[in-house]
Amino acid sequence: MKPVVGIPRALLYYQYYPLWRTFLDGLGVAVVVSPPTGRAILQDGLAALGTDVCLPVKVAAGHLMALRDKVDLIFLPRLVSAAKREYACPKLMGLPDLVRHSLDLPPLLAPVIDRYRHDNWPLLRVALALGHRLGASVPTVVRAYRRALACHRQYVQTMEAGYFPDEAGEAVCAGKPLDKRAPAEAVVAVIGHPYTVYDREINLNLAGRLSRMGLGVCTAEQVPEATVRRAATALPKHLFWTAGQQVVGAAFHYLTENRVAGMISVMSFGCGPDSMTGELIARQARQSGRIPHLTLTLDEHAAETGVLTRLEAFLDMVLSRREGDIATCG
Amino acid sequence: MRVSFPHMGNLWISVKAMLDSLGAEVVCAPPTSQRTLSLGVRYAPEGACLPLKLNVGNFIEAAEAGADTVIMAGGCGPCRFGYYAQVEQAILDDLGYHLRFLVLEPPEKHARELVARIRSITGTKSWWQVLGSVRHGFGLARCLDALEIRAQWLRPREIQPGSTDRALAGAEKEIATARPGEVSQAFRRAQAHLETVEREVDRPVVRVGVVGEIFTLLEPFVNLDLMQRLGRLGVEATRSVYLSEWINEHLFMGFYPGIRSARSARQASRPYLGHFVGGHGQETVGASVLYGEQKVDGVIQLLPFTCMPEIVAQHVLSAVSRDKGIPVMTLVLDEQTGEAGLTTRLEAFVDMLRGQKGGICA
Repeated sequence: MKPVVGIPRALLYYQYYPLWRTFLDGLGVAVVVSPPTGRAILQDGLAALGTDVCLPVKVAAGHLMALRDKVDLIFLPRLVSAAKREYACPKLMGLPDLVRHSLDLPPLLAPVIDRYRHDNWPLLRVALALGHRLGASVPTVVRAYRRALACHRQYVQTMEAGYFPDEAGEAVCAGKPLDKRAPAEAVVAVIGHPYTVYDREINLNLAGRLSRMGLGVCTAEQVPEATVRRAATALPKHLFWTAGQQVVGAAFHYLTENRVAGMISVMSFGCGPDSMTGELIARQARQSGRIPHLTLTLDEHAAETGVLTRLEAFLDMVLSRREGDIATCG
Repeated sequence: MRVSFPHMGNLWISVKAMLDSLGAEVVCAPPTSQRTLSLGVRYAPEGACLPLKLNVGNFIEAAEAGADTVIMAGGCGPCRFGYYAQVEQAILDDLGYHLRFLVLEPPEKHARELVARIRSITGTKSWWQVLGSVRHGFGLARCLDALEIRAQWLRPREIQPGSTDRALAGAEKEIATARPGEVSQAFRRAQAHLETVEREVDRPVVRVGVVGEIFTLLEPFVNLDLMQRLGRLGVEATRSVYLSEWINEHLFMGFYPGIRSARSARQASRPYLGHFVGGHGQETVGASVLYGEQKVDGVIQLLPFTCMPEIVAQHVLSAVSRDKGIPVMTLVLDEQTGEAGLTTRLEAFVDMLRGQKGGICA
């Protein structure tokens, strides 16, 4: 009997879910995804890990706890490097060990993804090893691997066309491509790691609140990688975190784009890379001075009223500036 | 050119000696103090880790003392330290301190860049002379480490409380003022200082290994003189990293023979932490495993608040502690760390270790 594999809806899920899903489906295993983050998951995560870990990892712990009685294996890759000469954050590099020793979990499927030196070869090797472990034949693995990569490319393109991961993922996995979304007239750029920007529970539904106020939202994943990398060359030194590149490059890009009327940096308290990239972005935003910039630091104590007050003040500034623009144009 | 550099424990003695012998004009930043910390906390990003804040404070104080260039180490991740210099420079530029940063790190494009940076410090000195200066600085680091290890053995056994620390201060002064070629004489004089300490050799002591992030291990201002405190509590403390080992490992690529390397620690960490996680995460775990196997009574882990590699290590250490039966205490240090809180926790931990040890003996 094929094992049931669980995927936690946390951290890398937002970037790679269609890839993982297609691959695991192709190998013929049953896949279970943990439900969207809710109070219970958050509470479990907070109780499970020590106080010093950042919020996203605590959320991930909650998702792992939600999966543990339902699955035989948990898929939790160890992301070391997603691109040449770049790293992931140390906590992602150590995540399987961190949770293995702290929580009581079913066995982990934790392939090492390390593209620090070579781009493609390590991925295929990982795929073959996983297939072997799950009892699939080599041709099946290769077929699933190719389909997964194609799916991932499509997913990335769909997000670049203006969709959020949940919409894009659903469409791509169902094989229904989406048309390019007409860009909103005025948008606020919400910049941060995907697992904070797209997790409504921990960011207090930021995107929903903005769209209720009539503002579109654009995110870092909607900027093509080449643009991100070009914009990030403005940094004094190559940034060695891939996720940090994405955040900084997208922020620098949006700071120069006209339809963007304001920018919100969403950071997690205790996140190491955020503390550095946040500083770099805030400096650049201050220097360019074109649009208002707000930094929201999220943690498990984020009180809704406090965040809302700051958000409203920020949006007042964005909207009044825009009206000013229109007046001067007229 | 008036060169300065950030503080990390006794590092300044070696670096100053090296730069002096190269003929560079050295401006040492004043020793890290409460003012340094306040400056750093005011101007550095709130979420940055403590070493960055202290670096910023050191650089501001160095600039006030007349420095125009600072030497800084770098790296290529994944620990934040690799991007310190760039963020620090942006902060200082904003404040109007236009310091030139010479970042010693693997060059991005070509080895020429690094060579040019080194050349701008060494001027017209030949590479042979440069090598001599580096060796001199490194020699001092080795002497200082040897003295410190001796002092750690003496402290719990001293008859007059505080006599070891007084002798150590004198000994370090001997080394700090040693000129090239006179190091071995100075070292003998320094040793003589320490040997004057009256001791009770067969006094029972508790043995503790101190592991963790290097800056918090080496900088007494940050760890509130942890090694001295432990000594005064009757603990023979050893550290997982010493300055000369770190220099040999990271700057000389382990080239210098006969110095303990972190390789064995990394190997020992394998069953618990399957991959390197940047910084000293693996070394922390591995050293704790080794301490457990050496039947040391307890382990203390130090880390600056939000340090990523050490947080991973911290969560893995609970398993090491369970498997090896060795108590582990984690101390998270930041600008909020209070002396009274630290003392209470240390005393409780040491009491517990002493109780356990007594139980086993009886």
